[in-house]
Amino acid sequence: MSDAVVVEGLVKRFGDFTALDGVSLTVAEGTVLGLLGPNGAGKTTVVRILSTLSAPDGGRAEVTGLDVVTQADRVRGVIGLTGQYAAVDEYLTGEENLEMVGRLHRLGKKEARTRAGQLLERFDLTDAARRPAKTYSGGMRRRLDIAASLIARPRVLFLDEPTTGLDPRSRLGMWEFIADLVSDGTTILLTTQYLEEADRLADRMVVIDRGKVIARGTADELKAQVGGERLELTVDSVKGLATAADLLRPLALDTPHRDEQTRRLTLPVTGGAATLAEALRLLEGSGVALLDVGLRRPDLDDVFLTLTGHAAEDAETPAEEPSR
Amino acid sequence: MSALSHTLTDSLVITRRNLIKVKRVPDLIVFATLSPIMFVLLFRYVFGGAIELPDGITYAEFLLPGIFAQTVVFGSTTTGASIAEDLQKGLVDRFRSLPMSRSAVLIGRTVADLGLNAISIVVMALTGLLVGWRINSSVPEAIGGFLILLVFAFAVSWMMALVGLLVRTPEVVNNASFIVIFPLTFVANTFVPLESFPAVLRTFAEWNPVSTVVQAARDLFGNQPDSVPVADAWSLQNPVLYTLIWAVVILAVFVPLAVRAYLRAGSR
Repeated sequence: MSDAVVVEGLVKRFGDFTALDGVSLTVAEGTVLGLLGPNGAGKTTVVRILSTLSAPDGGRAEVTGLDVVTQADRVRGVIGLTGQYAAVDEYLTGEENLEMVGRLHRLGKKEARTRAGQLLERFDLTDAARRPAKTYSGGMRRRLDIAASLIARPRVLFLDEPTTGLDPRSRLGMWEFIADLVSDGTTILLTTQYLEEADRLADRMVVIDRGKVIARGTADELKAQVGGERLELTVDSVKGLATAADLLRPLALDTPHRDEQTRRLTLPVTGGAATLAEALRLLEGSGVALLDVGLRRPDLDDVFLTLTGHAAEDAETPAEEPSR
Repeated sequence: MSALSHTLTDSLVITRRNLIKVKRVPDLIVFATLSPIMFVLLFRYVFGGAIELPDGITYAEFLLPGIFAQTVVFGSTTTGASIAEDLQKGLVDRFRSLPMSRSAVLIGRTVADLGLNAISIVVMALTGLLVGWRINSSVPEAIGGFLILLVFAFAVSWMMALVGLLVRTPEVVNNASFIVIFPLTFVANTFVPLESFPAVLRTFAEWNPVSTVVQAARDLFGNQPDSVPVADAWSLQNPVLYTLIWAVVILAVFVPLAVRAYLRAGSR
């Protein structure tokens, strides 16, 4: 299987700020790559370079064998882009939006209209086709935006945080639409802050933080890197947090993570329910008041804690692409 | 298809898109034409009596070419705000990721705004006829009068396009252009004869291209009777030529700058 996207040693600077510091990745044709990372990690910058919106300061990137800098115009002909903000013209109807993008993709009038009709139907927008996009809900706008990026049957699709800001129901719907695209053979590079989303949609994942790749692999490989289960307890006081950490230390595979603000203790463990019972026994009579306790599977936060030592939402977050 | 015909078709698609907005938000056109009507009536009836003019010309005839020029120049500022809005909403990113012509978004924008300006002029001309303005020249000359106003406005649109791409916030574009455009249209022969200006302002006003657009329109509409002398400055003696030079220079400088800024613009 050949690679539809090849990125090698990509560097991008904005003044003194290095947004990308040598990022390399590949996406095999017909597969989905999840590009994960906290806000400001550089995900959007990678997408902007691949979609020819921004020029790299170092390294190179190819889409279907075409260089994004020297063959930018041909790259634009084979890609579809859905950015973080639904880029639809709110004064045009759904149908007009799609026809406009189709015409700008150099489809004939008739073909643009036919494609628009098909996509409106596929994305459940037929009833709203003749209404200005202004009247659409957030989920509908996102769908229209994705439909617009599909109008010329792109070989490679870039989805930049396609579900950020959507309510849970719209998010599930969006996942189904994306899964459909994959089964059609479209190559997709998807950025997300949610491990669950990548888990559900992506064949492989690349995790970046502060402009560098810090992990890559399948969801299972990443989780294996992070470790297995977590025992998570919330207690009523900071003092209780310290006591609980000391008492439970023998159960933990690694140093427990203490968060004093939320008074939450997280320990990597094995042994499932038996370990949970053991933990409760150890805490009995210690005077530590438990507000919540449970076992859970690792999520993106754990990936970050383990790989970078800081939680995803703690990451210093310079603007994804500072304005000049 | 050649690159030129690509640019033309893409520009048409974008122009159409911009005009659909006007159709969907009729308030835009209502207010774009109400304010010039208001200006015509205000100046004609409130200031008209107080402004001293040489014999042989009525204030309505003196005023209307000035109002035309002021309105189309202000009308051009919408170019900047609209482009800033497209940037903000991520539409410029979408367009730039398409295999479309690199200048079509800006051409489509400035051409659509030229269309809006043409509508404004028609409304103002009709209002003007009601309050005593007359065209005292031939049809070709009158057409020339309308054309020079629109050509100058089109050039200003490209300046505003660059401002919109650099400033990136529609409200700020509006305020910033107001600060520049307001003095330019008032320190001119738009509403009062230049003779009343202090010397320094007067020199500025004589070479201000807004003055020469107004003067060119007055000449072409026959609103400048021979009995009323025009200032000696070369700019006002050759207002059509001087205005066209400005328009060409503005376009030669700002079209490439605006296209360059468009190609480098990122969202937010």
